[in-house]
Amino acid sequence: MPRIIVDVMPKPEILDPQGKAITGVLEKLGHTGLSVRQGKRFEIEVDQITDARLDEVRKAASEVLANEVIENFTVRVEEAQ
Amino acid sequence: MADTTANAANTPDVEQPWADLGLKEDEYQRIREILGRRPTAAELAMYSVMWSEHCSYKSSKVHLRKFGDLPKTTPRGELLAGIGENAGVLDIGNGWAVTFKIESHNHPSYVEPHQGAATGVGGIVRDILAMGARPVGVMDSLRFGPLDLPDTQRVLPGVVAGVGTYGNCLGLPNIGGEAFFDPTYSGNPLVNALGVGVLKHEDLHLAHASGTGNKVVLYGATTGGDGIGGVSVLASETFDADGPAKRPSVQVGDPFMEKLLIECTLELFAAGVVTGIQDLGGAGLSCATSELASAGDGGMHIELDRTPLRDSSLSPEEILMSESQERMMAVVEPGRVDEFMEICAKWDVEATVIGEVTDGDRLVIDWHGETVVDVPPRTVAHDGPVYERPYARPEWIDKVNADAAEDLARDALPLREQVLRVMGAPNVADRTWITEQYDRYVLGDTVLARPESAGMIRVDEDGLGVALSVDCNGRIAYLNPYLGAQHALAQAYRCVAATGAEPVAVSDCLNFGSPEDPSAMWQFVEAILGLVDGCRELGTPVTGGNVSFYNQTGETAIVPTPTVGVLGVIDDVATRVSSKLPDVGHELWLLGESRDELSGSVWADVVHDGHLGGMPPKVDLEAEKRLVALMSEAHGLVASARPLVEGGLVRAAVESAIIAGRGVEIEQQGEPVAWWFGESSARLLVGVDPAVAAEWNAACEKHEVPAVRVGTVLDGTQVRLGDMEFSLEELSGTWRAPIPAAMES
Repeated sequence: MPRIIVDVMPKPEILDPQGKAITGVLEKLGHTGLSVRQGKRFEIEVDQITDARLDEVRKAASEVLANEVIENFTVRVEEAQ
Repeated sequence: MADTTANAANTPDVEQPWADLGLKEDEYQRIREILGRRPTAAELAMYSVMWSEHCSYKSSKVHLRKFGDLPKTTPRGELLAGIGENAGVLDIGNGWAVTFKIESHNHPSYVEPHQGAATGVGGIVRDILAMGARPVGVMDSLRFGPLDLPDTQRVLPGVVAGVGTYGNCLGLPNIGGEAFFDPTYSGNPLVNALGVGVLKHEDLHLAHASGTGNKVVLYGATTGGDGIGGVSVLASETFDADGPAKRPSVQVGDPFMEKLLIECTLELFAAGVVTGIQDLGGAGLSCATSELASAGDGGMHIELDRTPLRDSSLSPEEILMSESQERMMAVVEPGRVDEFMEICAKWDVEATVIGEVTDGDRLVIDWHGETVVDVPPRTVAHDGPVYERPYARPEWIDKVNADAAEDLARDALPLREQVLRVMGAPNVADRTWITEQYDRYVLGDTVLARPESAGMIRVDEDGLGVALSVDCNGRIAYLNPYLGAQHALAQAYRCVAATGAEPVAVSDCLNFGSPEDPSAMWQFVEAILGLVDGCRELGTPVTGGNVSFYNQTGETAIVPTPTVGVLGVIDDVATRVSSKLPDVGHELWLLGESRDELSGSVWADVVHDGHLGGMPPKVDLEAEKRLVALMSEAHGLVASARPLVEGGLVRAAVESAIIAGRGVEIEQQGEPVAWWFGESSARLLVGVDPAVAAEWNAACEKHEVPAVRVGTVLDGTQVRLGDMEFSLEELSGTWRAPIPAAMES
């Protein structure tokens, strides 16, 4: 089935405590110089990719998947394997 | 290139975005007069945030001064710090002091409920910490629109999760608070957070920047673009009917960083390496630098480019306005800086010397070697504009006051049905859905917490403790803001006294509509007068607090909400009184005078379809004082005490029965509706062992407190109210259902 991918990331100006904690752990384990920000990825299966479907996913992302006050999201179609 | 002071002097005619930053034209002109030139972009940023309503108190200052006229003593001694410091500090004996303060975080909590409420808790905890105290507890006073509105179902769970997450992660018990519902709070919820901390007298620290050559250290989290201008833009602007016009980026907090900051700061204090300290809250570095500098005896020089940044693209004005959380600023003697840095390193807290105290009287801020700010710090921090806003008693209030609830039909429903309505009213119903998300017992010193009517924390191992309650009934304040403020005060005072603690001091959070509306301004002025007169009579000073204006949606202001937190002291927490019904066979006594008072009551609200009219119940502070005197002296004789608040006698009796899981029988004395649902003040329902009833009666007589035996604790689970019979299960189901049902729908 075709997939639509929604990536949600904390806005660049917003503090990301999880990313900061991961950066700290990586540093302690010797992986220095890696500055991490953590987001989330949603894989949404649809029967067919259409503009209407993409719009619906954008709407769902804006209403439910992302908190647009503090997060940005992108919607894209997963390339066929 | 940065806009330097030299550049500003040479380019007087550059257009500046003062209006977008929330300044009025005459305010902008005043800045030009103070500086003798146009402000630089960085200076304009600083003045605009510091002269915003939220930071400068420009509309409230002239009225808040009245709190300063109150005696600076509590029943337990002198105040050690009062209004104007980060938080008030009072002596509680045994060499201990406590500091407590309540603050609003209303507007951010509407935009982003979870983070807005969480950072509200973070902010109040840093205020407590900045006084040198170890934070030991928090409380939350919350207000939302009607329980069944979809937006309430968005805002309430977010706010509660935010308060819970931040406090729980910090390891601070949440020992109580309140949640109140009214249509005027939809679109403008209130989140007032209270923090309490304890310290030894000698550990008190005040925010000063003294001693030329001393270093200014910024420590804690790095600075990012969070909530730039949040204070000025957000908290000083009315929301339109369809939400906030601007959505500036809100702050996201990190409670684990704050926990490190607490431990680090307390160790810095203990090591004696801190000369002065200030937390960074609203207005961030603009506030910390200008306030520290103007509280000291010299000037300050800051190299702003040394500020550790999370986002290297920030401009100097953005750095000055950023409200990144979990940051503190300290003034340190040069010889102690290394020690300071070592302690910070131990706690993994980044610390950077960003400037020093100078012998001049200017606050000078450089950006990569060029001066971008050169101002007298007092003009930023303290000498902002002061407005005598016009205020006028609104015309509608006479009509509202004439529409007395005492005149409403008392038999609109069968009495039994009315009892169930009141017990299931959103403003009476069980708050467990909220409070079970909070850790109430972490640290192991919680003596009382929800569902008790006040929180209590043990301070030392000899049993010294403090009790706290925070209260306000905005519906009553709408009927009469002067009396409404006194009711809030009296209720918090009574709730503390019911535990056996002696109420000693007050912190207030004054939430009102737009100060540019003469009606809202009148409500504010009246509420302050009510509080000042009330505090004078009760002998409890106001130690600090804050003001939140512009709480309105379009033209509709919230009902006036002067939230009052009262702190009490108890010498031995082992003697505290619970509000749970005592053992079977105990007598129940009603203390205080019951009158025919139903206006503003829960009964009028839920039996008469949101009715809000008439005059508030009588405020009798002398009677409240007599109750306190009685409870202070004789609380050893009572087995339980529940204050009568919203919902009257029926709520006090039924809640204490449900919590204890015991049945109860209460007689009906007098007209049923006023008896069961009336909200006369200065009343307690106490449980007394029949063996000491005579002694108890004598104590009541001695303190001139009217006391009548009204019932007994039953064996079993039936609840008999006059002729009415209920099972505990039925009442409990009605009382427990509303909030979970609304939140899980």
